[in-house]
Amino acid sequence: MANNGFTKFRRQATDHAATVIAASLSALVVGTLFAIFAYLVIKGASSLNWTFLTQTPKPVGEAGGGMANCLFGSVLILLIASALGLPVGIGAGIYLAEFGHNRLGQLIRFTADVLNGVPSIVIGLVAYGLVVVTQGHFSAFSGGVALAIMMVPILTRNTEEMLRLVPQSVREAAFGLGIPQWRTTVSITLATARAGIITGIMLAFARVAGETAPLLFTALGNTFWSFSPNQPIAALPLQIYVYANSPYEEWHRQAWAGALLLIIMIVGTTAVVRFVFLRRMLGAR
Amino acid sequence: MGAAPERPVSSPERGHALGPKVSKPMGSSESPKISLVTTSQKAPAWTRSLFNLDTGFKGLMLIAGLTVLALVGLIVATLMQQSSLAWQKFGFHFFTGNAWDPVSGEFGAMPFIYGTLVSSALALIIAVPLAVAVAVFVTEMCPQPLRKPISFATELLAAIPSIIYGVWAMFILVPLLRAHVAPLLMKYFSWSGLFTGPMYGYSMLAAGVVVAIMIIPIISSISREVLAVVPQHQREAALALGATRWEMIRMGVLRNARPGIVGAVILGLGRALGETMAVTLVIGNSPQIAKSLLAPGYSMAAVIANEFNEATDDLYRSALIEIGLALFIVTIIVNILASLMVWSVTRGVPAGARGQ
Repeated sequence: MANNGFTKFRRQATDHAATVIAASLSALVVGTLFAIFAYLVIKGASSLNWTFLTQTPKPVGEAGGGMANCLFGSVLILLIASALGLPVGIGAGIYLAEFGHNRLGQLIRFTADVLNGVPSIVIGLVAYGLVVVTQGHFSAFSGGVALAIMMVPILTRNTEEMLRLVPQSVREAAFGLGIPQWRTTVSITLATARAGIITGIMLAFARVAGETAPLLFTALGNTFWSFSPNQPIAALPLQIYVYANSPYEEWHRQAWAGALLLIIMIVGTTAVVRFVFLRRMLGAR
Repeated sequence: MGAAPERPVSSPERGHALGPKVSKPMGSSESPKISLVTTSQKAPAWTRSLFNLDTGFKGLMLIAGLTVLALVGLIVATLMQQSSLAWQKFGFHFFTGNAWDPVSGEFGAMPFIYGTLVSSALALIIAVPLAVAVAVFVTEMCPQPLRKPISFATELLAAIPSIIYGVWAMFILVPLLRAHVAPLLMKYFSWSGLFTGPMYGYSMLAAGVVVAIMIIPIISSISREVLAVVPQHQREAALALGATRWEMIRMGVLRNARPGIVGAVILGLGRALGETMAVTLVIGNSPQIAKSLLAPGYSMAAVIANEFNEATDDLYRSALIEIGLALFIVTIIVNILASLMVWSVTRGVPAGARGQ
């Protein structure tokens, strides 16, 4: 009987211990997140000011300067990437959702997952080999190609998933009215899944906007303004990398400010998308 | 009625008036002010062009789909073509050679392979218990109101770009490890030989820790998905037999979810292997094979990121691209393996029923 009581005590103690351990490990993970954000704000906020947003990088030794050209560069590269990546990614997603119930569809789905797992540095090498070697020089365009390759699988899988959420009866209703399939897909299925697809696009932006590795030897970076897609161009993550890797205190401060700016843009996008779009869409269903 | 219907779904009775609008892009000559009567007169042509448009649309989408296939083919072809020089010169010895001396043209990738494997293994050792604990806590233990915030926090961790982890690790984590963690490790674990020698901060250990933080969200979110598809009756059966909650989790839930969790861990490994920027900033970038985790090292991704722009001659560049090719092949194998294992658990469950 005493043995039984002890066993019961041991089992309950183990149960409590497991709960405490799981809870504290979870707290550690969430705490790490807070630590990262706290340091970004503490270290970055003081240097993140109007000058930072409107000026170009200053040479070593001169105080001030900013990352205005890097912001523009990031936007330009993202625009090029969207122009190339959106049609392919969304088109492939439509194919998978509407026509992809066959072996080819399975192969494409699988390939998109493979592509999603390719390390970003390898994508950078490929864009280098494809565009930079062919063109003979580094360019914003090659950076756009690299990011486009990264966007495609994210968009494909997301678009497919969102289109599949549209009930089959909606498509059947459209067919029943004699509306051709392409028109059904464009005006009805896509329109119904619009919020989800836009969410996917924004998440894809948020994902690739912070990518540094694919831009290292494609966009290359630039300390001056550049507006041409055919020239090396600055990008926010690239400049953060250069500054962080430098031995200068002033540049470290700039790196923190850039990191804070980048995280505000990315996490802001992610949070807004998760909270507003997804909730509205899932709620409407 | 004559106006082209913009939103056919809201006016179903106009459905067939779509005809003229449908055929317009194909170049047939109907004017936009066409009426229903002409539509029905043109029915055969309308049907024909409809068929063409549908085929055309499907074809366009198919091209987009095939582009995805082509992209992977293009990646393989480009990497192979660009690395052929190094492959011809060194053959398979490239992967076993220890020397990395760009000046004398000698390239062996072993130090980088070693660094990638060790830092990834270290990251897994740190990340797996944490990630699984988060997943178990969120799905099985935590009070309802805390569930959403904790999942959201781990998802935010996944949204932080690599470079920001790098900056944070370089300025915060590295000094922390150097000042507080390394002395403890040296004091209590130096017998293992893994924590010896001077610690400058930039080390395999720092790389392992930062990569661990980065892969926790991936492992924990997929584990959560896997735990969520364990049938409820497994839990109920365990509890009905008098199991405590932990016993229920251990025997009823984790045992069933094991292949899926292993899959999640392998997926995390895939991410860890290719992690570039954060590793580059903290691993110390020194091509050596040291037993001590406190010593600086180098990884495959880091050497590409760090040296590619300095690689002036073709052999150097093609050696770096060959490292990239190896990285590509390894991550693909790892990812496929992981997907198969996750799929073995979650298959048959509709996507909407997963998560949360």
